[in-house]
Amino acid sequence: MTDMLSAAFVTVFIASVIGQAMPLILASVGETIGEQAGVLNLGIEGVMLVGAYSGFIVTLTTGNFWLGMLAGAVGGVVANLAMLVLNVWLGLNQIVIGLAITLIGEGITSVLYLQNNAKSNTSLGTAPALSIPGLSDIPVVGPSIFQQSGIFWVAIVLVIVAGFFLSRTNWGLSIRAAGQKPSSLDAAGGSVIKIRSHAVILGGAFVGLGGAYLAELTTATFTPFITNGLGFIAIVITMLSRGRILIVAITSVVYGFTVAVGPALQVLGYNVPADVIKMIPFIVVILTLIVFARSSVVPPALGAPYIRGAR
Amino acid sequence: MTTSTAPDVISLREITKAFPGVVANDRISLDIVSGQVHCLLGENGAGKSTLISILAGMQQPDSGTIAINGAITPINSPKAAVDHGIGVVHQHSTLVPAFTVLENLMLGETGVMLGKKKAKERLDELSELLGAQIDPHAIAADLGLGQQQQVEIAKAIWKGSRLLILDEPTSMLTPQAIEHLGESIERVKAQGLAVVFITHKLREAYAMGDCVTVLRGGRNVGHISVEQLASYDEQQAQDAILSAMFGDDINTVSDEAAAELAGATESVRETRGIDLENRPVRLELSGVSSRGHGRDVEVDDVALQVHEGEILGIAGIDGHGQGALAEVAAGQRSTSSGIVRFDGQDVTRLGVRGRQQLGLRYVTDDRLHEGTVGSMSVALNLVVKRIGQRPFWKFGQIQRKAVDAEAARLIEEYGIRTPSSATRAGTLSGGNIQKILLARELTHGARLVIVNKPTYGLDLKTVHLVREILIDFAANGGSVLLLSTDLDELVELSHRIEIISSGRIVGSVTNDGPGTAEKVGHYMTGAIEGVH
Repeated sequence: MTDMLSAAFVTVFIASVIGQAMPLILASVGETIGEQAGVLNLGIEGVMLVGAYSGFIVTLTTGNFWLGMLAGAVGGVVANLAMLVLNVWLGLNQIVIGLAITLIGEGITSVLYLQNNAKSNTSLGTAPALSIPGLSDIPVVGPSIFQQSGIFWVAIVLVIVAGFFLSRTNWGLSIRAAGQKPSSLDAAGGSVIKIRSHAVILGGAFVGLGGAYLAELTTATFTPFITNGLGFIAIVITMLSRGRILIVAITSVVYGFTVAVGPALQVLGYNVPADVIKMIPFIVVILTLIVFARSSVVPPALGAPYIRGAR
Repeated sequence: MTTSTAPDVISLREITKAFPGVVANDRISLDIVSGQVHCLLGENGAGKSTLISILAGMQQPDSGTIAINGAITPINSPKAAVDHGIGVVHQHSTLVPAFTVLENLMLGETGVMLGKKKAKERLDELSELLGAQIDPHAIAADLGLGQQQQVEIAKAIWKGSRLLILDEPTSMLTPQAIEHLGESIERVKAQGLAVVFITHKLREAYAMGDCVTVLRGGRNVGHISVEQLASYDEQQAQDAILSAMFGDDINTVSDEAAAELAGATESVRETRGIDLENRPVRLELSGVSSRGHGRDVEVDDVALQVHEGEILGIAGIDGHGQGALAEVAAGQRSTSSGIVRFDGQDVTRLGVRGRQQLGLRYVTDDRLHEGTVGSMSVALNLVVKRIGQRPFWKFGQIQRKAVDAEAARLIEEYGIRTPSSATRAGTLSGGNIQKILLARELTHGARLVIVNKPTYGLDLKTVHLVREILIDFAANGGSVLLLSTDLDELVELSHRIEIISSGRIVGSVTNDGPGTAEKVGHYMTGAIEGVH
């Protein structure tokens, strides 16, 4: 039991929580932007995988983690183009398209990985850490939080900026109107199609970043189906958070905690079967849903393509 | 806004717009001049709303031109309309319910940051102009309809419009709120804006308009210029408008009925008086609260009685629990407390089918979705509530002959205009679909019928017919629970009117002559303003 409070253990534990939470925060923010505009992207799992593989392959080739993140964002946008064209522009069913994106994303990344990378070294190593002067010397918190990669800090800033844009700008107001009542936005002289396009592209970038973060920083490699349902958990978090970025962050950290706690228990010598440990996050999600599902409020126009004049 | 002293003129020339099967606008020409209130009068389906959506850039005319001060100006998007200073208050609210007043007003602004401070100043300015008090931070959904409308008007003239269009602005308002609206319009007009005021009520056109254009069947069938209208007395104006509105039909409908349908005068009760004390209570709700799921307003501790042969009206602003009241009485929604009695029998636990068989019927306001199955034939829709019952079903088998015979009888009796009983119900007009619903519910031992907004969106002749059907039903001993947002309708048909607000009955008025509408309006306003 004494081990549990040791500085080294807590340090690793906090770092692990952050590693699990960050991909989820980024992906949930991406999903939130889309959902606030009325586009439910069930393809997020596939988009994350595309982002993860893009980031992985670029970092593996160039050795540059920042380039990898950029590639992840671009990959996410490209994957989301299917949603943009088929749903926002052509008005096809979001659920069908979303499931297709998930399946395609899973398939393509697995095939590419097995073809190109399965037989070679796939470890990316550790991203260079950015020690914050002063703060990084604090025991426990210093090495776990203030010696993260610079990517961590940029991601945090991006999330805050996204939250700011959604709540404080005309553009954010238009996004929310597109999800609440697109006809009002149209009548006010805004373009529903344009605003939803922005949201889908930006959302794709965030989801792709989430995938790339998962591959580059959390696991430092890529394996097929690496997201393992993380995209769907992002959808749950998005629906429960009702567009509030702070809640997205908090719930994501809670999720990261449940993932990190399993290995920690094993390290501490508790003899818990590995299968049970892997179940913990999902059990928590299910329990959360049972308790809070009633309070999940989605934008009224979520999932409905906008056609002017149709009632 | 122009700086010149000459009035702005927006000229519509030969505007034509056709939809599959109907010409909604047929070569309509009219001029809209600043500083005037131009009333567009016509019944449902006359083409008013289409004309407005063309002016608002929501739809494009098939042919014809719009010119602003002589220069031909295509309006090909709502944004273009806004840019040309055309502001529209649509019949159905375009406010985002979950947004605050300020957020609603800022929607569509350009620039990166939300300009809350500037928006608040502009709102103060407009509040003063409109003579309204609007809390900028209130959530739109929490405002009363009168206030919502003031916000809509503020939004329409937010950027300094030259033209304000009001599409049926009075249809949901209390008499008091209508008066207030009239004052606001006067002030807007005094600012030099042109106002287009759309209504299907003649007396409003006369009271509010400087000039009147009458639309019928998509055509401009009569224009009464500013000079003419000023020189007419009320009766002359009424006659002129009526003959334009009804044209040849004026002979088939009596003058009086026509004037009444056109809302020329304040409505009075048309049903014969009945002696309530001596009549048995047919439907009784005591302390009934409903329990649903969703965001509907539920009914809360409602007590009411409908007697034999009585039409009991329920007045209230739309969405104040009418739907829940109708459903809880019909058995479609469960009660959380209270007792529902029908002919003295406790039916609280009885389902829809059970109440149906006792003679308790319900005509929903959602004709197209809840009321009929659009892809099924007229005949099947007429018997759909008797699925499995003889003689239409035997041993689980549908009996086509019996169904067709019943359908033919009802089509004949209720004058449902359909190519055949096998036609898909969804292809019929709203009026004929409503007749299907009434025929289905009023046949086969109906003792009480609940009708929710029975004439909403129908053309005047069908409105007349539906009201006749209800009056006849009551005169023959049936009972009617009439839920409506149309005060004129309630006054015309009901013996008593109860007022519902936020799911509670807040007042009761006996319909005994002039002034009833004001009394009802008083309760409605009191209830709404009291909440906030």
